[in-house]
Formats: sequence, structure tokens, C-alpha cells
Amino acid sequence: MKSGDEVNLVLEVKDLHVEAGGKEILKGVSFTVMKGETCVLFGPNGSGKSTLLSAIMGLTTCKVTHGEIIFNGKNITGMAVNERAKMGIGMMMQRPPNVTGVTLGDLCKAISSEDHLILKKSSEFKMKSFLERDINVGFSGGEIKRSELMQLMAQKPDFILLDEPESGVDLENISLIGRKVHELLYSKEDSKCKDRTELEYKHVSSLIITHTGQILDYTDADRAFVLMDGLIRCTGRPMDIFKDIREKGYEGCVSCRMVQTSQ
Amino acid sequence: MQDGSNESVKKSFNARPSYDHKVDIETYVVDDSQIKVDSLSKMEKNTRKTMENVGIVTDEKDRAGTIMFINNKVSYCSIRSQDGLEIMPMSEAGEKYHWLKDYCWKAVNPESDEYTKRAYHDNADGYFIHVLPGYHIKDPIQSCMMIGTKKGIQTLHNVIVIENGGYLEIITGCATGSHVNEGLHISISEIYVKDDAEVVFSMVHNWGTKTAVRPRTTCILNKNARYTNNYILLEPVGTLQSNPSCFLNGKGSSCKFNTICLAQKESDIDIGGIAILNAPNTSAEIISRNICNGGRIIARGRLVGNSNDTKAHLECKSIMIKDGGRTEAIPELEATVPNVEMTHEAAVGKIAREQIEYLMSRGLSESDAISMIVRGFLIGSINGLSENLRSKVDDAIKKTDLGN
Ligand SMILES: Nc1ncnc2c1ncn2[C@@H]1O[C@H](COP(=O)(O)OP(=O)(O)OP(=O)(O)O)[C@@H](O)[C@H]1O
Ligand SMILES: [Mg+2]
Repeated sequence: MKSGDEVNLVLEVKDLHVEAGGKEILKGVSFTVMKGETCVLFGPNGSGKSTLLSAIMGLTTCKVTHGEIIFNGKNITGMAVNERAKMGIGMMMQRPPNVTGVTLGDLCKAISSEDHLILKKSSEFKMKSFLERDINVGFSGGEIKRSELMQLMAQKPDFILLDEPESGVDLENISLIGRKVHELLYSKEDSKCKDRTELEYKHVSSLIITHTGQILDYTDADRAFVLMDGLIRCTGRPMDIFKDIREKGYEGCVSCRMVQTSQ
Repeated sequence: MQDGSNESVKKSFNARPSYDHKVDIETYVVDDSQIKVDSLSKMEKNTRKTMENVGIVTDEKDRAGTIMFINNKVSYCSIRSQDGLEIMPMSEAGEKYHWLKDYCWKAVNPESDEYTKRAYHDNADGYFIHVLPGYHIKDPIQSCMMIGTKKGIQTLHNVIVIENGGYLEIITGCATGSHVNEGLHISISEIYVKDDAEVVFSMVHNWGTKTAVRPRTTCILNKNARYTNNYILLEPVGTLQSNPSCFLNGKGSSCKFNTICLAQKESDIDIGGIAILNAPNTSAEIISRNICNGGRIIARGRLVGNSNDTKAHLECKSIMIKDGGRTEAIPELEATVPNVEMTHEAAVGKIAREQIEYLMSRGLSESDAISMIVRGFLIGSINGLSENLRSKVDDAIKKTDLGN
């Protein structure tokens, strides 16, 4: 049983301590993500959710001072960002930087192995006219989300980190974003499980940050974590936790669950 | 003579920190022999390659004409039958057109500095390019200036006159011969763009690592005239100092300076542009993008608003890649009347780590990410750069080690 779990383990974060701007933000975070699992990360503003995703991606604004990040059985804690990307990790940033002079089209071409699909993909994302524009420069909030997701599509990661994919997105585009996230998670191209009875099989794992929970309508999330004060304070079924947060707030949710788990 | 204006140019030179890279003109060798060339494509392979590296098309395809100087004498001059265009050495033009003297040493003051003085006293030859009224020359013409003698001095004096309504694009490639590493290039260019005329002047340089380069260019614009000056230096150079100026004397005229420099190790570069807005409704833009890859670079820009209803913008931006180099950005704005709109942006620094890692998070290696950002920085915001010049920049970035 244990060994089976280990085989299915994609990400294992062990007692992770992370500093940003000279301050300890994560104070011993531990959790796992299984193969094909969609995990949701809740938590109040400033609790360290983006910091956690950045640390998994390896961005150097976050400094890991203690603990380990294991991806597909390999310790990646000190690995360069692009090495992690090559291993299959892809991230949608909450606030990606402007890169003046580099167009969205240039970047998509550089990361995609199928040049000819870029035009098609960009029109699916309603981003065709953005291919000639400098990445993120003057993009609106919703446009940034579509551009990030389109880049992830080109990248085809096995494990995706989504930082608030629906925030700032209008009602019509939410369904576009939602469908595209679904497509990313259920991408069937090289599914190894054709003998399975399900119509679709999720083989892309993910960790998704959301405040509004809207993205949950599209993802069949499996598990949720609540991050507070630099620690994972609670784990459970996404809809249950989301409901608790809505009704009792983060503190209320966390204390309620603590009672449950200690019973 | 534009005495008043020349005074202001001179003053502006004096106002700057003095340029301390001394060049002893007397130590260079004067080679006045003439090397005649029948056809560019029949030239020796290495020489041809040198020329191609600075944008010269040796089979002359899609070029309206070519003029080439090796050291101080003309080596080749051809014109592909296009009406309205004249190209010839200054020595010939002076005999043919007595009015040429009205254009000689009128935009550039021969007393400006020791290099200009030298060209004046040498009675330097150079090219004369003339576009007749109303002629729009479709293909660019190319001029090639080469130092072919070790430690040779090249002094040139060029005049370009674009008559009313004319249009011309000039691509100048300057280089040292493949066997020459040390030399001194002095080139005085006076450019006159008449009413409603336009000239695009692009220069690509590729010098030996011990070459001293002192181009002195001034352009005078009449009513509604337009001038674009593209300067590209991607290879190592010894010392380069260039600060071309443009006088916008005619109403509605406009000018644009684009500078792209890669300051390689041991290069000492002082480069800028000056726009003097002397008439209403004139506009100027100076964009300077530099990469300091271990060398030293001073990026200057200067806007002078002497007339109301003028608009100008200046950007000097440099990225430092390596430790050990030095970079300065010196933007200057001066107005003598109130109704001007002049702005500047200057920035010196390294590439933001955040940008590099963003691209790396998409799977690009660190060096590919840096190259991509550098390319975007150098040419991304420059409009109207030909495909040929863009690919030059691409090639240079590819072969330069930008790792830090
Ligand atoms: N480079 C930095 N310098 C200083 N403080 C930082 C830095 N990076 C993060 N922080 C701080 O760390 C805390 C956690 O930030 P983080 O972005 O991870 O929060 P979050 O949970 O994603 O919040 P939100 O829901 O608002 O996006 C915040 O208080 C933030 O201000
Ligand atoms: Mg966040």
C-alpha cells in the first residue's frame, strides 16, 4: 500500500521554510500531491500561497532555508528554474513581469515544439492580436490570465501551478479559462491508461490557488489545503472547505477542522 | 555658415565631461595609394566577407548604387540605372558642380575639433550623393569605408544633398580589412535634406580591436524634411566617439536617431545624438539601446528646443551584463522658449532576474532567456529597422557570450 502511494506521488513538500524579502513567510509547510490529483490551495491574502508556488517553481525571490521539495522522486530543492520546467513543472504566475521587446509570439515560438499550432491556439484564447505585443506590457488582468494559460498550453507541463487563474476575469472569459484549464488537466494526448473505463483520465496534476472558488466548477478538485500564518492548517475536500471558509471565515474554518481532526 | 547653431554645438561639446581617450593622430600612417576594384563580387574572399558583415551586398542586388573607399581614395563607384540619383567622389563632384562649395563645411565647422580640422586640412575626399527633386529612390545605396593599411589613417569628407521631395536610403558599412587591427577613421558627413525630402542613413560598423573611430555627422533639415539615423555597433572597437547632430531648421521637420551598441570587452565607446529644434512643429526622437558586455560605454542624448511648438523625446538605456565594464547614460534637455515638450528616460542596470526566471520557467535555458531579453531590449522598441539590420543584431547576440 505504502509503496503504491510512493509510485503515485508527484510532489512531496517536506517541512519547507521559505524567506522572501528577508522575512520568513513559510514556516514548515508539508503536503503531497498524487499523480493526476487536482489540489486547491486556500488562504487569506498575504498568507504565503504565491510564495509556496514560487518556491516549487524555483524562483529565486523565494529562498528555501530549510526542508525539501521532491518532484517525481527527485530532490529539486536547489534546482534551476528551467530544469524544473524541463522536468514538467509549469506555472501561471499571479503577477508575471513585463518583458519589453519580447513579443508573446516570440516566446510561444521558443517554448512550443509545434510552431504551426500557435496561431490556432492564440485564436482559441482570443489572443491572436496579442502575438505581436510585448509580453504582459499593458495587458489587462484578464488578458494576462489568457496569455499565461496559452503559454502553458504550448509548454505542456505534467504538473501545473495556477495562481488565481480566474481572478479579474469577466464572466464570459471565466468559462473560457475554465474550459482551458480542464483541457490542460485532462490532456489525453499521451495518456498511458487507455484501458481505463472512464471517458477521460486526468494525468496532469495541479496545485491551484483560488479565492472565489469559481475554478472549482471546471476542475473536479480532489483535495484542498488551507495555508495560514505560513503553515498548512487544514486539509480536506475542496467543496467542504470552501463552504466552511465562506460561512465561518478562514479562522473559523481552520478551528472547526482542527476539532474534527483531533477527534 | 550656421554660425549661431555651430556655437551652440560647440558649447554643448564643452559642457560635457571631457572625453579622455586620447588619440595621437600623427602616429598613424597615411596611405594615399588608390586601389581600383572592377567588381565587388570579384574581390578577395576575406575582404568580401568583411564587407558583407557590415551590410554591404557584394553582388549589388537590390542596391541602387555603390561607392567604396579603401583608405583615402575611391576604389569603386557604380550606379544602377536609376534616374535622379548621382553618386561620385567629392573630388570629381567639386569639378563638376561649382555650387558644391555652398555645401562644404557649412554644416560642420572645420574648427570643431582636431579630427575635423585634420580632414579639412587634408582636403579629404569622400562621397557626394545627390538625389534630384522629386525622385524617390526605391533601393538603398550602399557606401563602404575600409581601412586597408595597418595603422592607417582614413580621412573622409562626404556630402549628401536630397533635393525637394526626394527620398533615399543609405547604408554605410565601415570596417577594417581582415588583416588590419589598428587604424584611425575620421569621417565628416554633411547631410542636407530639402523641403519634403527624406533620408534614412544607416551605419553598421565593424572595426579592429585597436581602431579609433571619429565620425562627425551633421544633418540640416528644411521644411517637412525627415531624417533617420540608425547606428549599429556590435563588434569590438578600440575607441569610438560619435555624436551626430541634426538641425531641424524647417517647419514640420522631424528626425530620429536609433543607436544600438554592444560594448564588448575593452571597447571604449562614447556615442550619442543631438537634435536642435529650431522651427515650429518639429519633432525629434533619440533612442539609444546599449549592452555593456565588459567594455565602457557612455550613451548621450541631447535635445535643444529653440522654437515653440516642438516635441522631442530621448531614451538612453543600457544593460550591464558583466562585472568589470562601465556604463554611463547622459541625457540632456535644453529649452530657450517655453512652449516645448521634451522628455527623457534614462536607465542603467542589469536585466531583471524576474524576467530571466519568467522565461526560464517556460523551459528556456538561462542563456537563451538572456539572449531573448537582450534582443528585445536592443531592437524591440526600434521601428523601421530593416530585416537585414535586425538579423545582424540576432547574429551578434548569438555569438556573444552573455553569461554573467
Ligand atoms: N520579495 C518580498 N519582499 C517582502 N515581502 C514579501 C516578498 N514576497 C512576499 N512577501 C510577503 O510575504 C507575504 C506572502 O506573500 P504571498 O504573495 O505569498 O501571499 P499570498 O498568499 O499569495 O497572498 P494573495 O492572496 O494576496 O495573493 C506577504 O505579506 C508579502 O507581502
Ligand atoms: Mg498570491
